Formats: sequence, structure tokens, C-alpha cells
Amino acid sequence: MARTILWRLLYALPIAFGVSLVCFMLVYIAPGDPLQTVLPPDANAEMIEIVKRAYGFDKPLPVQFAQWLWRAAHGDFGLSVATRRPVSLEVGGALANTMVLAVFAVPLSFAVGAGLGTLAGCAPPGRLGRTLDRLVTGTAVMGVSVPNYWLGLVLVIVFAVELSWLPASGMGMGGSDGFSVLRWADLHYLVLPVVTLALVPVGIIARSTRAAVLEVRGQDFVTTLRAKGLTELAVVRHVLKNAAPGMLAVMGLQFGYLMGGSILVEPVFAWPGSGTLLGRAIVNRDVPVLQGAILSLALIFVATNLAVDLLQAAMDPRVRRA
Amino acid sequence: MTGAAPLAELDDLRVQFGAGPDAVQAVRGVSLHVMPGEVLCLLGESGSGKSVSMRALLRLLPPQARVTGGVQVEGQEVGRLSGRALRALRGGTAAMVFQEPMTALDPVYTVGQQIAESVQQHRGGTRAAARARALEVLDLVRVPDAARRLDAYPHELSGGLRQRVVIAMALACRPRLLLADEPTTALDATVQIQILVLLRGLQRELGMGMVLVTHDLGVAAEVSDRVAVMYAGQIVEQGPVRDVLRRPVHPYTRGLLASVVRADGVEAPGIPGSPPDLRRPPPGCAFAARCPAAVGACSAAVPAEQKVGPGRTARCVRVGESVAA
Ligand SMILES: Nc1ncnc2c1ncn2[C@@H]1O[C@H](COP(=O)(O)OP(=O)(O)OP(=O)(O)O)[C@@H](O)[C@H]1O
Ligand SMILES: [Mg+2]
Repeated sequence: MARTILWRLLYALPIAFGVSLVCFMLVYIAPGDPLQTVLPPDANAEMIEIVKRAYGFDKPLPVQFAQWLWRAAHGDFGLSVATRRPVSLEVGGALANTMVLAVFAVPLSFAVGAGLGTLAGCAPPGRLGRTLDRLVTGTAVMGVSVPNYWLGLVLVIVFAVELSWLPASGMGMGGSDGFSVLRWADLHYLVLPVVTLALVPVGIIARSTRAAVLEVRGQDFVTTLRAKGLTELAVVRHVLKNAAPGMLAVMGLQFGYLMGGSILVEPVFAWPGSGTLLGRAIVNRDVPVLQGAILSLALIFVATNLAVDLLQAAMDPRVRRA
Repeated sequence: MTGAAPLAELDDLRVQFGAGPDAVQAVRGVSLHVMPGEVLCLLGESGSGKSVSMRALLRLLPPQARVTGGVQVEGQEVGRLSGRALRALRGGTAAMVFQEPMTALDPVYTVGQQIAESVQQHRGGTRAAARARALEVLDLVRVPDAARRLDAYPHELSGGLRQRVVIAMALACRPRLLLADEPTTALDATVQIQILVLLRGLQRELGMGMVLVTHDLGVAAEVSDRVAVMYAGQIVEQGPVRDVLRRPVHPYTRGLLASVVRADGVEAPGIPGSPPDLRRPPPGCAFAARCPAAVGACSAAVPAEQKVGPGRTARCVRVGESVAA
């Protein structure tokens, strides 16, 4: 097991390095000259030269990358072109806001998705079971195929505009800084974005859980369990324990997706999270913010995958005992 | 033995998979019984319906199977049992040992957990007591170093040991009927013999009735009290093991006996031809097409089961002649 952990950690390193390289190269990949955003339109050649030197663009690429990486490792991505605030503050604040949504959306979507999927996969034979299975599968497919920002808008129209049960957008009276999940009034602002964000993961998790459960239920040992006289509930427990590693992989992806925030959903609710930040940075060609945000999100993904790998290994006795 | 009630009984069992013209008629009117303490061997080629008949005894067939006919264990009609009574039957009154020890165990639970779970299901009691019982039965099936093996996962055991575990699991709640579906087919030859000797010994020791499914006539001769020979979903001949194997009445049984590997190791030719398509079984005797002794009457109608001696029956229109011969 210790070897497994070490190997997975070693695998993660080159990935993290590659991601950093891509983020660094954004400056060159993005259309347009990066200097144009900081230079006045009528800048002369001398001025361009000065600015170039100031930003380090005169040095060879590997040196630039090394310097950038060194600073990035210390959380320094420079200043946002749009707000002139440090990128670390912008990204940190946005990530924290997205995290607030994720903290609720992750358990919600995992519980509902895995529950629905298990229900569909274990539906008893016969008309009732088939109907149940179709219902769940239908819901799951809808969850995946309905655009979630559209659903967000519909929810806003129904619950905020028509019924006035919930606020339409924002983070409450105190805004991003005054928000607290411990305050009842602030929690109201979470409901619609969390439900909207959870929709896609619910669909995906439900479908893959159903498939995994059906696959395991077809295996021989399930007949042995029945032949032992176990209750159907006990059989389902065995099935789920066998299906768990596969489900975990899917959930890990969805976890990463929720932590990343949604570029389409967050703006619908004017939620100042990483999705909204990314969207704005793209529009503003705010390369430092893009670099900081994308690198942070990518590293969260890498870390999630690593955690999933290790959890899977810990769950499987064939790996654990090796 | 006459007069005593059978431990388990199939009465004109029919099992069909699917519906319409392409339905597979896997079992087509099987009647058999096992007495308490008796070993019945179910013989027959692959696909003849042995496993399906066995599973019917515990109602373990998949939902798409259509089952008709009587299935009784200890006088109870299995098809009409409530959920609770069915669970008490499975693993309690009657237990099953499967063909593939590699896939019959749950890979993510330890051997001890899997045995103890069965004990707790049927006897209740504490986890510790169930674990103690698990250790007891592992010792009973002579798993070496049983205390350590209790915490092993199936993949950590050899095929032979796994099959011992499966047998231990089946015996954990002292069943009165043991259904062993080709328990040794997947194992090495030397291990096969060990497992069979073990099974036979335990069956005697615990006084269980046992149905043993096998391809192997040698095993049947060694282990069983009675044999039933299946062909294409029907029992073509059954009776006490000595009589059937020494003086087979049905041409299929004779063919089987002739195709056994001889003592000198030369493999004798099998019966030429292949069994009928069970989606469209012939209207007459299913073996007629391959039978060296077939006559016109064979293809007319399925021969009835006829008594050919004490406790012996056969399905062959020429039964009278062959007994005389
Ligand atoms: N779930 C199923 N669906 C459809 N057909 C099935 C199913 N289970 C068994 N059958 C069919 O029923 C017939 C009898 O199968 P069975 O497993 O009883 O054979 P068997 O005598 O045990 O053979 P073997 O010696 O290979 O184990 C076969 O033709 C098989 O294809
Ligand atoms: Mg079989």
C-alpha cells in the first residue's frame, strides 16, 4: 500500500508540471499581443522596449517559465489587468465562494445520484420495477441533457420572480465578505444555485451507479449470497461495496467539476465564484487572472484524482494487501 | 427407506427461458427425489439442465425463467414460500455449493465475514459467536491454519481452498440438504479427489441428503446411492447406482459409459452427434437422432417413464427388450 501511495504521488507530479506549463504558455497561446493590454495605443518603440524588459518578456522562454513558476509556487501571479488587485486575492476569494456552493452541492448530488442509481439498478423485476427504472433513468438523462444555466433561469423565474420564495441572485445583504453559512437568511441565497449546479452531477452519478450496480448484480457471487438466505437489503450492501470503486471515480470527476464552479451557472445567480471570475477574465483578456485561476482549478482536479486513486486502492483488498 | 418422506422432490418440473418460439426449454418434465441421508448423483452432458434443476430447488433461477411443476423441500412447496420462509430454506434447511469457486465468493469481503454473515442471518447471535462458528466450519472442512484464513480475502486463497470455504459456508448452519453443482469441475485433478472425499465424509458425518451434479461417472460410482441421468432437459434413466452403471437400460446411459476414459488412458470416442436445440425439441425421444437402437416409434412421442426394476425407471420405448436382452 505504501508503494501504491508513493507511485500515485509520483504520477501526479508530471501532470502538475504539464498543467503549469500550459498555464504559462497561455500568454502566448491567447490571441493578441500580451503587451497590448498594458500599453497605451500610441506607445513608441522605446516605451515598448522598457515595458518588455519590466515584464521580463525579453528573456528566453525557459527562464521566463522558471521565474513564473517560482513566483506561482509562492502564490504570486502578479496583478489582475482589470482590477489591479493581486491575482491571488481575486482567485482566492472566488474559490472560497465557489467552495461554499460545492460544500452543499457535493453531498446533495452524491446522495441523490447514488440513491437514484441504486434504486434503478436494484429495481425488482416486473412492471413496478421497470417503471421505477425508467423513471430514474429518464430523470438522469434529463439531468445530463437539460442545459443547467437554462434550468437556473427557470428556477429563478418560478421561485424568485413568481413565487418570491427565494432570492434570485447574489450572496445576501453582506455580499461576498459578509456571507455566512451559519446565518439562516444567507442560506436562502444558496438554494437555487446549489440545486442548479447539482443537476448534472446527479444525472451522471445516477446513470453510472445504475450501470455499476447492474454489472455487479450479474456476477456469480450474488447468487451465492442469495443461496445463503440473505435479505435483499444485505445483498444490496454487498453489491454497493463492490460497485463503490467505480462510483468513486465518477464522483471524483464530479467533485472536481463542482469545485471548479460553473462559468455558465454562477453568472446566472451573480455568484462571485471562480466560474464568474473566469468568465470575466476571458472577456477582459485578463491573462494573469486566467493563469492563476486555471492553474488553481487544474491542481484541485489533480489532487482530487489523486485522492480518488488512493481511496480506490484503500477500498480494494486486492490492491490494499499487495 | 420406503414409507419415509423424501427430503426434496421435483415433480414434473418444467423450466423455460424467455417466451415465444425462441424460448429455451431447459427442463422438460423432471421428477426426482432425495431421501434424508442419501446421495443422488445427477449425470448428463453440458446443457442438459442439471444446474437449472438444482437452482429451481432453491428458487434461485433468474426472473425471466418460467417455472412450472412441483418443487418441494421437507414437504414445503418452494414456489409458495414467503420471503422469510424462503430465506430460512436457503442456507438453512438446504445449502448450495457452486461450480466456480473463483467467482462464487464476494471479492471484497473476507472469508470469515462471508461465513459469519450466513450464521448471523440464520441463527442470530453476536458477531463474535458467528465468527467462532466460521472458524469451526473452516476447521471442519480442514482448511489448514483456519484462524489465520478467517481474515483472508478470496483472492488470497488457492482454488481448492476457496472451494473448501464455499463448502464451509454451505455447512455453517447445518443444512439437511446439500446441493453440490459440479463442485470440483474447476479444480485440479488431485484437488478434485480431496474435495470429493471431504464432501462424502461430511455428508455421512452430518447425515445430510445430497444432490451431486457431475459429468464424471467415476465420481458417481464412488459417491452416490442413486443416480439420475439427464438428457436434453429430461431424466432418461434413474435408479440405484450399482444397477444403473452395471446394467444401463437406456442407450444414452450406455453411450455415456462407453465413452468414459478407459483404464489404459485411451479416450474412447464419445457419442456421435450433438443434443437437440432446446428451442425446438423433437416431438419424440430427444436422443433418437443419435441413438444406435432407434426405431420408428422413438420419434412419434416422448417415451413415458417406465419402471424397469426396484426403484428404477427409464424413458425408452425399447425398455422391455433391453431388459430382456
Ligand atoms: N439464464 C438463462 N437464460 C437462458 N437460458 C439459460 C439460462 N440458464 C440456463 N439456460 C439454458 O438452459 C439449458 C440448461 O442449462 P444448465 O445450466 O442447467 O446445464 P447443465 O446441465 O448444468 O450444463 P453444465 O454441465 O455445462 O453445467 C442450457 O441450454 C442453457 O443454455
Ligand atoms: Mg451446470
